Amino acid sequence: MARPRLAVLKFASCDGCQLSLLDCEDELLAVAGAVEIANFPEASRSILPGPYDIALVEGSITTEHDAARIREIRDESLLLVAIGACATAGGIQALRNFAEVGEMVRAVYARPDFISTLATSTPVAAHVKVDYELRGCPIDKGQLLELISALLAGRRPVLPAHSVCVECKLAGRVCVMVAHGTPCLGPVTHAGCGALCPGYHRGCYGCFGPAETTNTASLAAQWQALGASGRDIKRAFRTFNAAAEPFRREAEAHD
Amino acid sequence: MTETTKRIRVEMLARVEGEGGLEVDIADGAVQSVRLSIFEPPRLFEAFLRGRAAAEAPDIAARICGICPVAYQMSAAHAIEAAYGVQPVPEVRALRRLLYCGEYIESHALHMVMLHAPDFLGYEDGIAMAAAHGELVKRALAAKKAGNALMRVLAGREIHPINVRLGGFYRLPGRAELLALQPDLARARDDSVAILRWAAAFEFPDIERDWELVALRHPTEYPLNEGRIASTGGIDIAADAFETVFEERHIAHSNALHAVVRDRGAYLTGPLARYALNFDRLPAHIQALAREVGLGPVCRNPYRSILVRAIETVFVCEEAMRLIATYRPPQAAPPAVVPRAGTGAWATEAPRGLLWHRYEIDSDGTILSARIVPPTAQNQPAIEADLLDIARRRIDAPDDVLQLACEAAVRNHDPCISCATHFLRLTVNRR
Repeated sequence: MARPRLAVLKFASCDGCQLSLLDCEDELLAVAGAVEIANFPEASRSILPGPYDIALVEGSITTEHDAARIREIRDESLLLVAIGACATAGGIQALRNFAEVGEMVRAVYARPDFISTLATSTPVAAHVKVDYELRGCPIDKGQLLELISALLAGRRPVLPAHSVCVECKLAGRVCVMVAHGTPCLGPVTHAGCGALCPGYHRGCYGCFGPAETTNTASLAAQWQALGASGRDIKRAFRTFNAAAEPFRREAEAHD
Repeated sequence: MTETTKRIRVEMLARVEGEGGLEVDIADGAVQSVRLSIFEPPRLFEAFLRGRAAAEAPDIAARICGICPVAYQMSAAHAIEAAYGVQPVPEVRALRRLLYCGEYIESHALHMVMLHAPDFLGYEDGIAMAAAHGELVKRALAAKKAGNALMRVLAGREIHPINVRLGGFYRLPGRAELLALQPDLARARDDSVAILRWAAAFEFPDIERDWELVALRHPTEYPLNEGRIASTGGIDIAADAFETVFEERHIAHSNALHAVVRDRGAYLTGPLARYALNFDRLPAHIQALAREVGLGPVCRNPYRSILVRAIETVFVCEEAMRLIATYRPPQAAPPAVVPRAGTGAWATEAPRGLLWHRYEIDSDGTILSARIVPPTAQNQPAIEADLLDIARRRIDAPDDVLQLACEAAVRNHDPCISCATHFLRLTVNRR
């Protein structure tokens, strides 16, 4: 049987999520043996045309060119997986959605007329049908390997949609918010990191975006009770997953 | 197109971080111009950092680059601390250097074996190379893993670490968890020596470049986090004087800005510059190892940068082991980080070169303006000069050979295009 053909492709992003695959040092050669790496420019100059069985897509859509390119990739991919906060929510660069992009371009570039970019940074799903999503800024290596294994085995990947809070309890950590009064986004943030930040005496800062069901208003009230200002709360929700709907709404409530 | 005109186009430069291409213009049998076009979309970090809390800057700036997030966290934290007049305690200083060692091991191991070496051995990628060079690929991956493990223990994860804050760390590591890393770091050190000796047998084109080399210089250390900005052209300045000596220009074909030395032009930062300006800061046995593989105290051949990266990897493995062996958790509470109005600038040595940040901050800790000059933006004019020369030397080669030579010339520099965009496609136009 022919090996499934894998593409790993990039839009506006930091390269960190596709690097997660190269960071699977123990599994990389095994994965490369189980699939045909057909198009993965960060790793290989051998770039083969589609169709692809699995396309892992990193990054958000911020240019007209990329908006057209993602449609082409969808057309030639059997399964399209959006990986990381940029691809699933627009990423940190979606902060432009809340400002005037022309002014931002003028602030960075001496010749704004050389720059062509859209007013918004949007997730892949805003443009084409997405089959699976891996959350996170960056994605979790364990979840990436689970996804690849599941797709190769023809089963659905196990990707819990509960909150970081649940992971934190499972890890037996002390709640940083209850015990130390540290504001934490864990109750509303999607699982996947293994509740990393509370393990480092830090509040969750929302890398994995909103969990399946969230009560952001209640959490914001708790943050206020701990002394956080409206500006702090707005900043917390408006960072790496600023354009994800529950986070967007809660940030707006503190404008 | 007539008989004297031809066009080759490489839309996507592979085995680099980020998206860019190359364009070579050839008319009447002569190379007219070469350019690196960066079509990585602009992400506008410097614009959206305005209005954010300075305390958020290390985490936000890290997202510029998934390959060297520690570099961004370090330059940001140091620059803001400079603005606040905060001096991290010695133990924090040592742990930051240790974290940077982890990023060097991970980034250099990836570049040397998975991205760079295939050009010398004629493979499309490191995975294809593994069929004949499996042992070396496995050793490089093991070294990379040791670097990543160090970053994970010290800072939570290897990509966008979560434990760096202004003034220090959210959680300081215990001695035992760092000491547990020592055996793998010792193996990574030996793996790096093996990579060095393996790469030393590659065929290197006999090319020397006369670029001005720019890197940090520290009174006693091989520089990572600290030092004055120095050059082979006599530059010797503190980080806050960067803008008086260097300027960024915006070029039409690029979403990145090009940096040049005012009135002088292109310069090079990165492993070759760091090594040339700081050879005397390497321990004698590592200097001897460099000489053993034919490196002098200065290396101006961009192809041989793979050897310099290997020397640096050996050094950072040993440096990490030294820092761990001498680490004691700080007894005193860290200094309070209190915002104050002001401007702070700092440069650190990212694996691919000098990374300069400047923040102007309001009295309540809000960022008023931010400026970030990444290594690849600084190296881009030098990379283009390199490309022009390579294209001229290989002009009579078949298009696919010329294309590969041009790509390899770029990969010599380990460009990070995601960073520079704040930064590739090869097009050869033969007219």
